[in-house]
Amino acid sequence: MPREKIDLPYSVDYLSILDADGSVDKTLEPALPEDLLLRMHRVMLLNRRFDERMLHLQRQGRIGTFALTTGHEATFVGSVAALRSSDWLVPSYREAAAILWRGGSLENFLLYFGGYDEAGWVPEDVKNLPISIPVGSQTQHAVGLGWAIRSRGSDEVVMVYFGDGATSQGDFHEAMNFAGVYQTPVVFICQNNQWAISVPRSRQSHSRTLAQKALAYDIPGIQVDGNDVLAVHAAAVEAVERARTGGGPTLIECVTYRLSLHTTADDPKRYRDDAEVAIWMKRDPLPRFQNYLLAKGILTESKLAETEEAIKTEIQEAVDRAETRMKEPVDPLHMFEHMYAERTPALEEQRDELSRELAAGKGDLSHG
Amino acid sequence: MAKMTMVQALNMALRQEMEKDDRVVVLGEDVGVNGGVFRVTEGLQQQFGDQRVLDTPLAESMIAGFSIGMALYGLRPICEMQFSGFSYYAIHQLEAHASRLRHRSQGRYSVPMVLRAPYGGGVRALEHHSESREALFAHIPGLKMVMPSGPRNARALLVAAIRDPDPVVFFEPKAVYRAFREEVPEEEEVLPLGRSQVVREGDDITLISYGAMMHPTLAAADELKEKDGVEAEVIDLLTVSPLDDSLFTQSVRKTGRAVLVHEAPRSFGPGAEVVARIVEKSFWSLEAPIRRVTGYDVIFPLFAREGDYLPGAARIARAAREALSA
Ligand SMILES: Cc1ncc(C[n+]2csc(CCOP(=O)(O)OP(=O)(O)O)c2C)c(N)n1
Ligand SMILES: [Mg+2]
Repeated sequence: MPREKIDLPYSVDYLSILDADGSVDKTLEPALPEDLLLRMHRVMLLNRRFDERMLHLQRQGRIGTFALTTGHEATFVGSVAALRSSDWLVPSYREAAAILWRGGSLENFLLYFGGYDEAGWVPEDVKNLPISIPVGSQTQHAVGLGWAIRSRGSDEVVMVYFGDGATSQGDFHEAMNFAGVYQTPVVFICQNNQWAISVPRSRQSHSRTLAQKALAYDIPGIQVDGNDVLAVHAAAVEAVERARTGGGPTLIECVTYRLSLHTTADDPKRYRDDAEVAIWMKRDPLPRFQNYLLAKGILTESKLAETEEAIKTEIQEAVDRAETRMKEPVDPLHMFEHMYAERTPALEEQRDELSRELAAGKGDLSHG
Repeated sequence: MAKMTMVQALNMALRQEMEKDDRVVVLGEDVGVNGGVFRVTEGLQQQFGDQRVLDTPLAESMIAGFSIGMALYGLRPICEMQFSGFSYYAIHQLEAHASRLRHRSQGRYSVPMVLRAPYGGGVRALEHHSESREALFAHIPGLKMVMPSGPRNARALLVAAIRDPDPVVFFEPKAVYRAFREEVPEEEEVLPLGRSQVVREGDDITLISYGAMMHPTLAAADELKEKDGVEAEVIDLLTVSPLDDSLFTQSVRKTGRAVLVHEAPRSFGPGAEVVARIVEKSFWSLEAPIRRVTGYDVIFPLFAREGDYLPGAARIARAAREALSA
């Protein structure tokens, strides 16, 4: 009868293994194979250099708007590296690094952000969903995938990405609730980069952590240093393992920072202090991991220079291929493809109409 | 009179209404400190403070539902959807409640809110950032759906929308936001909702459009005059719902021919309603099939093809010539 405290077995951990100064917690340091560590580093570096190049191309008007990813590399690579290729990746719009890890092509990124729908195509053997722009919405698909996986007795796992802002959407909470109720094999990766365009994390939610939102659904939640690729990876491995073995979903909040613009259409000078950015620059995940690998002798200065050079070439070749493609004439009728399994009579009619329009006045259709 | 872009004119409307009426509140994602991603709300939070201009968490359904609560209390919320492509989260609140509360409470409550959203193509944007889905809102009884075409009418219509006693969805053509400037008077100017305008007079054919598509439509009218000696009458609907059919049905009784232009997909688009009204009210004057120049029934293409998707002056002029030669 009395009023008493309900004993709930909940708490939220914070995990950090390799800190910003480069010191490592030896008890937590994972014993990862060297080739895995090197691959993680290469994809992080590729992502960084590609982001820089895309920004440059966008500023020259050669591609359109895209979301920058500089600073998020540890969050994306650390987590995705815990997946098998048979698992599912459900991205938002910022996870270039995770998509690259899973075989995504640089050329397709360039073409997609160069305005070509064709580049949305996902190879048959890759279980990545296309990027999802409506914030938070993709969390629901992940849970449906997870339920379907269980219903077919498979041990695949789904990893879904979203930002701090997305945790304000009903979609996210509905997804977490279903995931809890149905114990679906889903790993929710909240990429908390401190900003949702101009709205800071502190004004997005009154909760002290985003990880604690899991507790309301009786799902394990953990907060990790999202700029520490070892910590992100350790948390992801644990969550993926739990999901794969029937232990249900996990929410991982990766505390990171958007070092660059929200998208190329954004001007952060309007809403955030350079001083704050400077603090986070010191926590940059890339040099931190690089120094760790150098200190361990896994990476050497000369190997690093070689990797930089190889990445430069890889990017240049992709840019060349994409630009060649973009110089070829565009087939406007392609817009009628992939609307349904079979084109409807109305679409056939409209397609013919556009063909006639093109024949009648090629090049002057745009209303400019 | 100052020459202004549509962004500046909308900003002026918001500022002046906020100065006149302290019940007017602006809310949405990034509308405060950042002044909105298109800067329509620029400077408002500095001037009126964060109790009048709210940077909300990211949740469109809640932004709409929250606005309904504010309006029920007697405030005049103006909420912004960052892009109309994200306003579908808000449709449930608009359909289930904003549009119905007056009726449900049999006149006791009303929901005088405005939901603003940039819409439309032509700005080389990402997926979900170019659509024109006004038909979804226009189909909901109890809502008004307004779509200005230039800086001056945008300002005057927004003022009317803010003062309207019922919920108004206000779609702003982002392709027009900074495309040109127009004289906009500093003094108050209000255009009543639910009234179309004849923006060019002519006897030969009636061209009907609204929003961003008014510009290629007017360019087509110029071309028809120059090259064909045809005098087109051009009508700007301004409000899609409730639809004012008085001017265009009357015009068609004079011209006997009509072309309807919108960038929304053709099937079940606002054009279908316009055509139905012409058939119902001006059938005996028709001399040719009515032509619709619209977006196609496809997912709005990424920008490599958006110029082929969007109706342009040449396409509109060709449709008009077909109607004229039928
Ligand atoms: C439903 C929806 N509303 C608004 C937008 C516009 N928008 C794009 S990204 C963004 C902020 C998202 O912040 P967060 O979830 O923290 O992810 P981040 O972009 O920081 O990675 C907004 C408001 C959108 N894409 N989808
Ligand atoms: Mg964020």
